[in-house]
Amino acid sequence: MNQPGWLGANAALLLCLFGSVVVTLLPKILPVTFLKGDSLPPLLRHWLSFVPVAVMAALVGPDVFFYDGHFNAGPSNLFLMVSLPSLLVAWWTKNYFLTIAFGLALVILARGIGWY
Amino acid sequence: MLAALPDVPCNAAQSRQAAPACQPGSKGVASLPYFYRGYDMSGISSASPLADGLRRALPIVLGYLPVGFAFGVLAVKNNIPPSLAVAMSVLMFSGSGQFVFAGMWGAGASALSIMAAVFIVNLRYLLQSAAESPWLAGLPRGQRFLLGLGLTDETFAVHITAFQNGWRRNLTTLFVCNHTAQLGWVSGAAIGAFCGELVRDVKPLGLDYALTAMFLALLVPQCVSRLHVLVALFTAVLSISLKAAGMTQWNIAVATVLGASLGTWLLLRKARHEGLPIDLEGADCSPVCDDTVVGATRTGEVES
Repeated sequence: MNQPGWLGANAALLLCLFGSVVVTLLPKILPVTFLKGDSLPPLLRHWLSFVPVAVMAALVGPDVFFYDGHFNAGPSNLFLMVSLPSLLVAWWTKNYFLTIAFGLALVILARGIGWY
Repeated sequence: MLAALPDVPCNAAQSRQAAPACQPGSKGVASLPYFYRGYDMSGISSASPLADGLRRALPIVLGYLPVGFAFGVLAVKNNIPPSLAVAMSVLMFSGSGQFVFAGMWGAGASALSIMAAVFIVNLRYLLQSAAESPWLAGLPRGQRFLLGLGLTDETFAVHITAFQNGWRRNLTTLFVCNHTAQLGWVSGAAIGAFCGELVRDVKPLGLDYALTAMFLALLVPQCVSRLHVLVALFTAVLSISLKAAGMTQWNIAVATVLGASLGTWLLLRKARHEGLPIDLEGADCSPVCDDTVVGATRTGEVES
């Protein structure tokens, strides 16, 4: 790794990496470091209270409905087929680890049987 | 195994501590805005903060190992030296950002456009970091900074759910969870970057579904009212639509901003029409859960 010229050969990559690290870390640290979380304007706090549900839905929606890189709302989408019963398990059991284990077990089972 | 633990009331820790200093607008258990207290979430009832942190990180690590591995393999394929792929995982600790980076670098994009794309993908961290700030208020700035460094979609989701459950804040649990998750992420990337050919296929293990399974398990207890179900449905559909329309970098942040705005607007509208006690003047804004609890059938429709 340290042979002469390694730094020079990767200078453009290192610069790009440095910039990307900065634009990744700033959004992570700036609000939580500098916002006074206990004295935010009430309207903002109401708005922020909806961020967890919204961001999780925004993340999981595409995760479930895009399978192998393509939108797929049909029965050939294994993740969608597993997610529907997983939601019911989450609701009925109210158990975090059980819900995860159930979903993973269904995926392993479906692939083990050879359905997917 | 963990799932079979007795169903200890999740507010047990809080009951012992009559007035936790960590909760926004807290007046004790009775005033908890959410009904998550019934949700058996990691890190609520165990006696050891260290074990809580490890338990909380477990599903995250299960998901990070294969995804980190995939990143390591992809990075090397895209002409990024293995050592830099690992360094990137240590310094950025951001799955989607790193995948965007590797893909664009391999495609020969300019440094500026790569940085812009990474920044756009990471805009959601601004929202998550801000949403976490009320729960971390009172901590020294340096500790909030360090907790911010450990922020990812996954650590944010588990911590915020625990807080909403009435979990009494514990720095050991927070840091152990964050760093265990990062260790999993970096390990996966290192294995993928340095010996990607050793592992053939993780699919039979189902681990490519681990993070989705985790988010589903965390999303359901977020749906505490019809309003929250509506926000979840709206945001999920919007995020899917934006991604299908080609906005693969903007979709999470845009959908989240619009979803949270819709929720706030409906909440205020409802308060105006029905004279609900939504206190917009005072400091205590915790009762954001305004609505009746929805039934199982309704939640079952969330993703359908």
